Amino acid sequence: MTSLPAQKSKKRLGLVIDLDICVGCHACAVNCKEWNTGGYHAPLTDTNPYGADPQGVWFNRIHSFEVANDTGGRTVHFPKSCLHCDNAPCVTVCPTGASYKRAEDGIVLVEEAKCIGCKLCSWACPYGAREFDEDVGVMKKCTLCIDRIYNEKLEEVDRVPACVSTCPANARHYGDFNDPNSKVSQIVVERGGYDLMPEMDCAPTNKYLPPRKPQSGVKGASLPDADNSGGFLGWLDRLLSD
Amino acid sequence: MSTPSPDIDLSPEVSDEVKYTTCYMCACRCGIRVHMKDGSVRYIDGNPNHPVNKGVLCAKGSAGIMQHNSPARLTNPLRRVGPRGSGQFEEIEWDEALDVATSWLARVRGSDPRKLAFFTGRDQSQSFTSWWAQQYGTPNYAAHGGFCSVNIAAAGLYTMGSAFWEFSEPDWENTRYFMMFGVAEDHDSNPIKKGLSKLKGHGGKFVSINPVRTGYSAIADEWLGVTPGTDGLFVLALVHELLRAGKVDAGYLARYTNACWLVIQNPGGADDGLFARGEEGNALCWDRKAGAPGDPLTGDVSPELKGEFTLPDGRRVKPAFQLIAERYLGSEYAPAAVADRTGVDAETIQRIASELAQAAFEEEVVIDVPWTDWTGRKHDKMIGRPVTMHAMRGISAHSNGFHTTRAIHLLQLLLGSIDVPGGMRYKPPYPKPLSALPKPTGNAADIQPNTPLPGPHLGFPRGPEDLLVDEHGTPQRIDKAFSWDTPLSAHGLMHMVISNAWKGDPYPIDTLFMYMANMAWNSSMNTAETIKMLTDEDPETGEYKIPRIIYSDAFYSETVAYADLILPDTTYLERWDCISLLDRPISDADGVSDSIRHPVVAPDRNVRPFQDVLLALGASLGLNGMVNPDGSPTYPEGYKDYLTNHERRPGVGPLAGWRGENGEKHGQGAVNPNQLDRYIENESFWRQEVPESGKYFKNVNKDYLEFAVELGLLGDTKPIIHQIYSEELQKFRLAAQGHGNVQPPDDRRERIETYFDPLPIWYAPFEEQQDGVEEFPMHAITQRPMAMYHSWGGQNAWLRQIHGSNRLYMSRTKAASLDVEDDSWVWVSSRNGRIRVQVKLMDGVNDDTVWTWNAIGKRSGTWNLDKDAPEATTGFLMNHLIDELLPAQAGGYRYTNSDPVTGQAAWYDLRVKIEKAGPEEAKESSPHFPELKPNIPLAERVSPLRYGAGFRKKKGQ
Repeated sequence: MTSLPAQKSKKRLGLVIDLDICVGCHACAVNCKEWNTGGYHAPLTDTNPYGADPQGVWFNRIHSFEVANDTGGRTVHFPKSCLHCDNAPCVTVCPTGASYKRAEDGIVLVEEAKCIGCKLCSWACPYGAREFDEDVGVMKKCTLCIDRIYNEKLEEVDRVPACVSTCPANARHYGDFNDPNSKVSQIVVERGGYDLMPEMDCAPTNKYLPPRKPQSGVKGASLPDADNSGGFLGWLDRLLSD
Repeated sequence: MSTPSPDIDLSPEVSDEVKYTTCYMCACRCGIRVHMKDGSVRYIDGNPNHPVNKGVLCAKGSAGIMQHNSPARLTNPLRRVGPRGSGQFEEIEWDEALDVATSWLARVRGSDPRKLAFFTGRDQSQSFTSWWAQQYGTPNYAAHGGFCSVNIAAAGLYTMGSAFWEFSEPDWENTRYFMMFGVAEDHDSNPIKKGLSKLKGHGGKFVSINPVRTGYSAIADEWLGVTPGTDGLFVLALVHELLRAGKVDAGYLARYTNACWLVIQNPGGADDGLFARGEEGNALCWDRKAGAPGDPLTGDVSPELKGEFTLPDGRRVKPAFQLIAERYLGSEYAPAAVADRTGVDAETIQRIASELAQAAFEEEVVIDVPWTDWTGRKHDKMIGRPVTMHAMRGISAHSNGFHTTRAIHLLQLLLGSIDVPGGMRYKPPYPKPLSALPKPTGNAADIQPNTPLPGPHLGFPRGPEDLLVDEHGTPQRIDKAFSWDTPLSAHGLMHMVISNAWKGDPYPIDTLFMYMANMAWNSSMNTAETIKMLTDEDPETGEYKIPRIIYSDAFYSETVAYADLILPDTTYLERWDCISLLDRPISDADGVSDSIRHPVVAPDRNVRPFQDVLLALGASLGLNGMVNPDGSPTYPEGYKDYLTNHERRPGVGPLAGWRGENGEKHGQGAVNPNQLDRYIENESFWRQEVPESGKYFKNVNKDYLEFAVELGLLGDTKPIIHQIYSEELQKFRLAAQGHGNVQPPDDRRERIETYFDPLPIWYAPFEEQQDGVEEFPMHAITQRPMAMYHSWGGQNAWLRQIHGSNRLYMSRTKAASLDVEDDSWVWVSSRNGRIRVQVKLMDGVNDDTVWTWNAIGKRSGTWNLDKDAPEATTGFLMNHLIDELLPAQAGGYRYTNSDPVTGQAAWYDLRVKIEKAGPEEAKESSPHFPELKPNIPLAERVSPLRYGAGFRKKKGQ
């Protein structure tokens, strides 16, 4: 079995995903695949890509569903990738040390050379965030774009995960949750960011922002008539006479 | 137990080189960075400096690698050897392909140029392809606008000199109230997502009016699941409420719209409903100070908006606004009167009107920038009404879409919210007055063998005299555009070309030449019949009814098998292109822009960019402007050469940036031989900021108008006054009433009189007006998924994992009443046919509506997908249910299934009934066409696909 770092990591890098403005466009999912198929875990294999049942490795998937609520229901677009948990069960279950959590920044990674493809980690992950590459028989997963975020060969502005950089709705934010002044920490406080399935005790790093309260406007109001005498045209007459 | 901490390379090489170009994965035209490694595309992301997307990129754009490397790419020119539709071709060399095309085209051009129909689909080089067609001399040219959004374009241009999407955008930073009509997830994809995010971030309200709650509607503060085709009625009820309450911007209406222009009241007369005009032709208003007619454009009159007056010559007149008030205060537009029909209850309509009024009049936006109007009046601030609207396909694709769009513009104008802070904003080169737009060309006198057409094909008729009809009113174009059937068909009617050509109505053609439009599949109504038309033979001659078909596409689409000669195109990363101000601009409200594509990868197959091919054909045909007096081609280097050296008029070419010999001029200037280098240095785009004082009120803003004239965007600095009341429409109506030299045939009069109302009207979509419609109680529509652009996206290895099949979505409550369960198979029937599809139930859909994703279904054996691909086995097209013609009128004539004003394809008028399929029936979609078994060379379908494996650094390297 594999140990989590003994000390809490100095940084806790992760994502905030804003469910108020995610329109479910899949930009993050496809851009992630595009970056990562040539990155740390390359390739993100697609089995039978032009066939009857195409199956690919995706580190980030969008689930769309409806929920009932008191204002008549809502359509939810829910992007899901590895949440880089503090108590990552996918790490502690790993028999070979392939699955590990980085001490420096809390990112959960898989070292492919050590992975024996036993899939225990995917059974252990309550979020279903792991992706098995059948072609090579190893587990792959979101790396938080570890080959981007520190990459000195990229402009500083580009040193963020691909999903964050590409999101057209600005529904994804990246940063250090250990820094109370970071954008991610602040936005979580302001908007009530929450943990996914806290009852699983995984202590996920990634947070989700709930939908804002809908702007309701002036409830139930109907406009009064312009004028009691002469109606609208009478009103207009007086307006223009002023 | 161990705590691993392996060394990993945190700074791997990403690329050898980054090239900046323009995306073509949809019509949004975002700037992209293409990261090249070892000669292959490693990664594509958004260009942070680009005016359209500012660094973001959608799912489609991010899947560009898979498009570029698709095994569906055509690889070589082809000539058909088996029967049409068999998919049997032989490979030929380009010289031979061009010779064949030249011989066909030369023969037609030398005898009757009308017999070439050249239609270019989702072409982004329309200013070039239309110019080519004009030099060829056929009247039969258009792109795909007629089956896309001409209702939006035409209604906008006839009303406010602009239109939703390409010619305008919401003032996202300042708007407080945003209403989006009939937009699922399509145009204008990235800017809308960015904008909605801004709007919600600053607490503005977002109301989505759409029968289906997906995509953008999912994040709306309020979703109104309107009944399809009734949006116009809903909007006019809002107009009713605002008028009733006096919540209109009278100052804005009097100054910047024609609401004060005097309309002649002379029922039965030839001038009834026209504007009273002064000696110099200017429309008049009634000046309340002088008690006499005045010129509303001088700025020193006090125009009346109401009343009835007598001109000195005795004619009775009313300000247009009086007519507006009289009409929309009528009880038929009261919320209670429209609630049942629209599916939006009266209280909600009243509340929305109230919210609009509050945002517009209680939450004024003030920008502290002085500006000067066209009369020289100084305004020390820019004051705006922060209400904005946007509409697209859901409004456009109905037979009442033109008037519905006009109704939305009426609502915007009553609130004073066009090109003001917080409102909808113009994107240069728009606004343009109608007088600056071309008129259509293509009457008999304009067409001679071996002779160019004297003007552009597509335009904007001002009255009946601009139609393309003969003295009997017979259409002159193969698509019957600009005829009495659909007079303002400014984008043509591509959806009618095959049907009309097959029938020989109004005449047979010889050669159909198409580019980038899947007309044998998802881009045609009535797909099964269309396929029959393409393969139908004339029993007398044994020739196909459409004798020759030339097709250019980059991919092995369903249409390839039906063409006789295939000219394979490149992908968007392999060619030169330009996004021109002469075409469909990419400007934003604060700046004028254009851009280019340039080859970032060399083609690895025997394919050529279509634009290069067209220039080569032009040269071999000897077309004006494409061949020098000595017979040599004018643009020997192809489209790249044309982009630099072509001038449409002196100083104006395809690209506006870095003109002048040394690149010192913008907008207008001499040819700059190094212009394309300058574009590439500047990340493939050019942008010029609009002066601060010219950023709002552009249509009447002196500084903007002067800026536009200097750049060559406008010819003069005259104000562009919003045409709420359309005199152009009234001219057609007068013709129908028996006035003027050009009148409709008798059997067209009633239709013209009804639908050419100078003010917005609402009528039931044509399908609902048919006898027997009660047999088909449900509406059926499609929505565009965000991660797909037509059939192109459907073969993409990554995108098809997101939308590889489609279901028929319907409401849970409606399904229960029909005993339909989730995942059931059902038959969907219309008056035109039936399809068998699988159902998915949901809550967020109008109860009387079913819908599906657009263009997912594919034909077995095409696009180099496995014959059992879900696109072909469970995916389906709604197109089979849609007839391209309406049922016969008295007398037998069948009109196009289109908007009667513009010819916009009425895709969403469809009415259907749903019946459960039998338990014994196959669990696959129907109709299922025979598998196409092509004999042409396509790349191997690699499986598994390990794209990117080669980029990974091996351990120790």
